[in-house]
Amino acid sequence: MSVLYSLADAGMRYHGAPVLDAVTLSFASGQLVAIIGPNGAGKSTLLGIMAGLRPGHTGRCEYRGVEPTRWPRRAFARKVAFIPQSLRVEFPFTAEQVVLMGRTPHCDGLFESPSDLDAVERALAITDTLAFRHRDFRSLSGGERQRVILASAVAQQPETLLLDEPTTFLDLQHQVAIYRLLRDLSRQGMLVVAVTHDLNLAAAFADRIVVLNAGRVAADAAPAEVLRPEKILEVFGVASELHRGPEGRPWILYGQ
Amino acid sequence: MANSRRRFWIAVLSSAAAALAVLCLAPLVGSTSIDFSRALAGLSPDHEILFYTRLPRVLLALLAGGALAVAGVLFQAMLRDALATPYTLGVSSGASLGAVAAICMGWREVGHLPAIWLASFAGAGLVLFLVMGIATEGRRMSSFTLLLAGVSINTICLAAILFLQYIANFGQTFAIVRWLMGGIDAVDYSTLGWFAAAVLPAVGLIFLRARDWNLMAVGEDWAAARGVSVSRLMLTGYVLGSFLAGSVTALAGPIGFVGLIVPHALRLKLGADHRLLLPCSFFTGAAFLAICDTVARTALAPTEIPVGVVTALLGGPFFIWLLRSKRRSLWI
Repeated sequence: MSVLYSLADAGMRYHGAPVLDAVTLSFASGQLVAIIGPNGAGKSTLLGIMAGLRPGHTGRCEYRGVEPTRWPRRAFARKVAFIPQSLRVEFPFTAEQVVLMGRTPHCDGLFESPSDLDAVERALAITDTLAFRHRDFRSLSGGERQRVILASAVAQQPETLLLDEPTTFLDLQHQVAIYRLLRDLSRQGMLVVAVTHDLNLAAAFADRIVVLNAGRVAADAAPAEVLRPEKILEVFGVASELHRGPEGRPWILYGQ
Repeated sequence: MANSRRRFWIAVLSSAAAALAVLCLAPLVGSTSIDFSRALAGLSPDHEILFYTRLPRVLLALLAGGALAVAGVLFQAMLRDALATPYTLGVSSGASLGAVAAICMGWREVGHLPAIWLASFAGAGLVLFLVMGIATEGRRMSSFTLLLAGVSINTICLAAILFLQYIANFGQTFAIVRWLMGGIDAVDYSTLGWFAAAVLPAVGLIFLRARDWNLMAVGEDWAAARGVSVSRLMLTGYVLGSFLAGSVTALAGPIGFVGLIVPHALRLKLGADHRLLLPCSFFTGAAFLAICDTVARTALAPTEIPVGVVTALLGGPFFIWLLRSKRRSLWI
């Protein structure tokens, strides 16, 4: 495990109001990290800064010792893939063409190389999207689109994967399948950081949960430590119970 | 891979063949019938009609149509708006304002060149830098600020044109209205050469970034996260597309519809991959405008119809037909 991201006192303001404040975190390869927190806690902003898409933050955020915005863009894109919450596409790209776009940082020519096509083929297969590869992306359901977008990031063959709510539109089967896939990728050495609202999926799959609240880190530990009822009440204002699954995995019950 | 290459060459070569066919056939059509062998033998007047009246005009229409279609594809990708046209970002109104000013001032020639060309080219350049200055913050440029800056400048230029038209005398007003309809005229070969030397490299440079335009057409963050330098690409696209639109406007006036309809029709047929879309748009736009101009000069001969009227009258119904026949595969 090597440290990839180190953030120290990182913050961000929109029109003077802090949305992210004094965030100090580090992320190492081989981890699956879930970032949770209420709406407006700064989760997407944090991910955007890490992806190098939100310039103008305060403090320090470095990937392998260099600010993402100072990395050469293509070199950074070969290291870090970012998956947005949703994607509105105006033009008739097929699902496969969307996945192929993930190969952009790897190829120079006008046409894709055999290794590009291999990577796309594998990405389509492991995200279960082969069946609609030739369909217009806009004709796909929300869940199918999300899997295609994930496939595009997998085809990018990064060492770090940043995901903003990757399972929002997915059915139960595909939620589990996607998190299994993310866990497998992290076992193979990838750093996976996923923003999510599903605390139980985070508990079941993540190695570590970071809780953001009002722009600050409210907790950063293993799932069982983070998901204690007093923490959930403090951050989300919801009463909950913490239980243990058969393999010792925690799960929580809330909304009673 | 072999498959996508084959698809590329089939699409590009067939649209190129269409443009070539138009280039060969359109000069033979006209209000005066000419004898091809007499023209080749250099006999008057067939030779002059074919080589100094019709051929340069067809060549100009081909280049202008290709340039407009490519600029349309480009601006649609940059603004992620299928309804964007080469004129959306203001350059062409700047060119029009220049031309209208030249007409009002009664300027005829500067050096050996028509004043209208120079004035409209100057207007286009002025607007290009103005919009660029407004749209960049620091070194960043986003499609949103670009669109707002372009549309504002567009509106201001159109208002200025209306004002000039209002204070102009009757003869000038007629000249202005006629110019604003757009029209292809016979030009000499050296002008054509300059025009080609301006248009073709710009089209080539745009095509070289075709893969990046694919990503840009999906989203700016999407492109940036995949290694595209978005601000630089945006600036390149804006300058090249405006250069194309401005050059065409200077020589032929604001010819509408080509930059909107040709990209749309091709997207229905070929999908959204800019590697196919850009070259095919160039050739198809070229063929389309040359055909429209041939209709414009022959349908009511010896009177000419403004070519902008023909592009809309021919293109509109064709597009509606295409839209209806493809409706089931459209997902909007």
